[in-house]
Amino acid sequence: MDQIDQIFVSLKHWAVHFFPAVVQPLVSAGLSIAALIATFGSIFAITTWVERKALGRIQNRLGPNRVGPFGLLQPLADAIKMLTKEDIVPVSADRVVHYLAPFALIIPVSLALAVIPYGRNMAPVDLDAGVLFFFAVGAAAEVAVFMAGWSSRNKYSILGAMRAIAQMISYELPLVLSTISVVMIVGSLSLVKIVEAQNHFVLGFLPGWHVLTPWGFAGFVLFMIAAAAESNRAPFDLPEAESEIIAGYLTEYSGFKYALFFLGEYWGMFAVSGLAVTLFLGGWTAPFPFLVWVPSFVWFFAKLGALIVLFIWIRGTLPRLRIDQLMSFAWKFLLPMSLINIVVAAVWHFAAGWSFPLASLWRWVLCAALVAIPYLSFGRAMAGRRRFPKRVYQYAT
Amino acid sequence: MSPVFAILAAMTLASAIAAMSFRKLVHSALSMILTFSGLASIYLHLNAQFVGLVQVLVYVGAVAILVVFAILLTRDSTRDSSVRSLAKSWLTGLLVAGAVFGTLAAAILGSRALDRAAPQAAEITVKKIGEQLMTRYVIPLEVVALLLTAAMIGAVIIAMREKEGK
Amino acid sequence: MLGTGIIKGMVETARNFVGSYTDEARLTTSEYPEEKLSPKENARTFPFLVFDTTDSAAGLRCVACQICEKECPPKCIYIEKSKTKKPDYTGKPQLFPAVFDIDISVCMSCQICVEVCPFDAIKMDQAFELSTSDRFGGLLLHKEDLAKPNDYYISIHPSEAREVDERLAAEKVKAEAKAKAEAAGSASEPKPAIAPTTKPAPAQPQTGASATPAPATT
Repeated sequence: MDQIDQIFVSLKHWAVHFFPAVVQPLVSAGLSIAALIATFGSIFAITTWVERKALGRIQNRLGPNRVGPFGLLQPLADAIKMLTKEDIVPVSADRVVHYLAPFALIIPVSLALAVIPYGRNMAPVDLDAGVLFFFAVGAAAEVAVFMAGWSSRNKYSILGAMRAIAQMISYELPLVLSTISVVMIVGSLSLVKIVEAQNHFVLGFLPGWHVLTPWGFAGFVLFMIAAAAESNRAPFDLPEAESEIIAGYLTEYSGFKYALFFLGEYWGMFAVSGLAVTLFLGGWTAPFPFLVWVPSFVWFFAKLGALIVLFIWIRGTLPRLRIDQLMSFAWKFLLPMSLINIVVAAVWHFAAGWSFPLASLWRWVLCAALVAIPYLSFGRAMAGRRRFPKRVYQYAT
Repeated sequence: MSPVFAILAAMTLASAIAAMSFRKLVHSALSMILTFSGLASIYLHLNAQFVGLVQVLVYVGAVAILVVFAILLTRDSTRDSSVRSLAKSWLTGLLVAGAVFGTLAAAILGSRALDRAAPQAAEITVKKIGEQLMTRYVIPLEVVALLLTAAMIGAVIIAMREKEGK
Repeated sequence: MLGTGIIKGMVETARNFVGSYTDEARLTTSEYPEEKLSPKENARTFPFLVFDTTDSAAGLRCVACQICEKECPPKCIYIEKSKTKKPDYTGKPQLFPAVFDIDISVCMSCQICVEVCPFDAIKMDQAFELSTSDRFGGLLLHKEDLAKPNDYYISIHPSEAREVDERLAAEKVKAEAKAKAEAAGSASEPKPAIAPTTKPAPAQPQTGASATPAPATT
């Protein structure tokens, strides 16, 4: 079983040893990059198909069903269409910045994919500060969005870019703060170490994933909400709200550059889902002891797929938020909740030293209460504000 | 000087010069972002992972975006700025800059700090940085926190006054 | 509690998702090229020219009066009158369109040509599969493309066509009666008794009224 688990690692070692020692690091890096691009490229293709099919079915439509069996070749047809389209640049656009923007998006996003451990010994780059690296390159994506919006010289583009930047800055705080609780408990910024910390079983059968603790569950929910906003997914897709601002900062892009932007957005979603899997869902670890024999990368990609489906499901369910709702949700609910969650994580950490009878049960109850009480009171406060006054009309009686 | 360092330094310097000489403010801001990234990569090259990544996170992710936003909100960013990139007194400026550089270089080269061999730096982990921040550098940290809070309160007050005046 | 609405909504969409696979009644989509819905009777796309009998050239009802050409708001109709005359459906010699073009890329389907036509010669079609790879010539329909038999008109707009047919039959009877009366009048002294012998009852008094004064004036 170990051979299958490590098949990609050994394949890489086997391929690398043909080369002279000087170029071995380069070859190794090149192989990792090729594997990453191939894997996530095909996941992107499959996701577009799944998304269109699932959204169609949610709306009682058929979805793509013309190209190939069940429309499975639709991504291929889309790719050919995108690549053969004319590349239009507006006359008044800033040509250089307009040209560079898609690359400025795709580079940080693919860098972010590099630090995630996809299986046992399968992190392309094992950085000591992996979490920090992820957020650092993620922050660079905002610059790309600004470049695209500004250089198009179009009011919809600039509106979309400003919305996107405001949204990304606001939701980066809860995203990072909900991650900090995990970093506090594990005591390391390395994503490999974070996964290893979850690679054990509680009571012999429950996985030691962070999502199964009170602070971890709250952190996971907060992280997923912020991640949806960070990757501009519905219901937080204001930057490209079709009904209001055409396609936001993508309005003036066509052909291959548009495809690159699209790819970048989906890769951003995959990267942030992969981080959620790593931080909260145990990365490549198996959910039950009797399933440990299944190769580690299978678990990782199964969990990643589940999160992608969750994103699609949410997109099919929730309507788009208004900009003021978006902002007040970030600053009045997510931010306080993630700060409280850090305190809960600290309590959980120190309560590990309790030694009286049923200490672990009490620890669980206390932390759950510490999360649930603020949540319920926030909910009550938000629901209490929702009072609709009697509608008054100017002319009609 | 390793070739990697040479490339990074050249990129950083070139983008810094570009940031000064572009006529459009947004172009200057974008090349400043490139300068920040160049500095970050130099930190990373020097094995200072934490500082390098924080440089990207704070400068590229926050400061640069703030600058760009300020440009967008305050003036017509599509027009060329009327300010000439080279002022008339550029010769004086060059002289002053040369003098400052010479003094600094002389001071650094003359000091005994360079004679010492660099101490073998231990692996700097985030944990160590955290411990240092909470013990030895706790007062600077608190002062910075106070400063930032004051700035934030100031910003809130400015925003509130505007609302009242309306 | 905060979030319960979202859970409820997600359960609902999940039910839709599963239901669309298990419940045929949920999927209302009909897959177009294989499965065509018959258009509603009032549906209309672009005008066509009606002809009687089986000969599309001879039976054309249009007499090239050019009223539709003048009334057409986007000016998409182009007509050239013929030099010669030919008998129309009542047997009266009439001009006919030598050229009758409609540019359906300009036409806005307003039906004004149909409303102004005194001869019931132009009607609205229901054919919508008109896409073509030639965007200039392919969308300019000529007389031959436009001419369609009356049976086709009856098949697409049955109730409207019945009315038109009754009216035209009445007119034809009237015209025949008039022709006979004139023929009789020119041959000998007026014989008003001949006119009432024609069959249709509703047309009879009018025929008599219009036919009788004519000989009286002569």
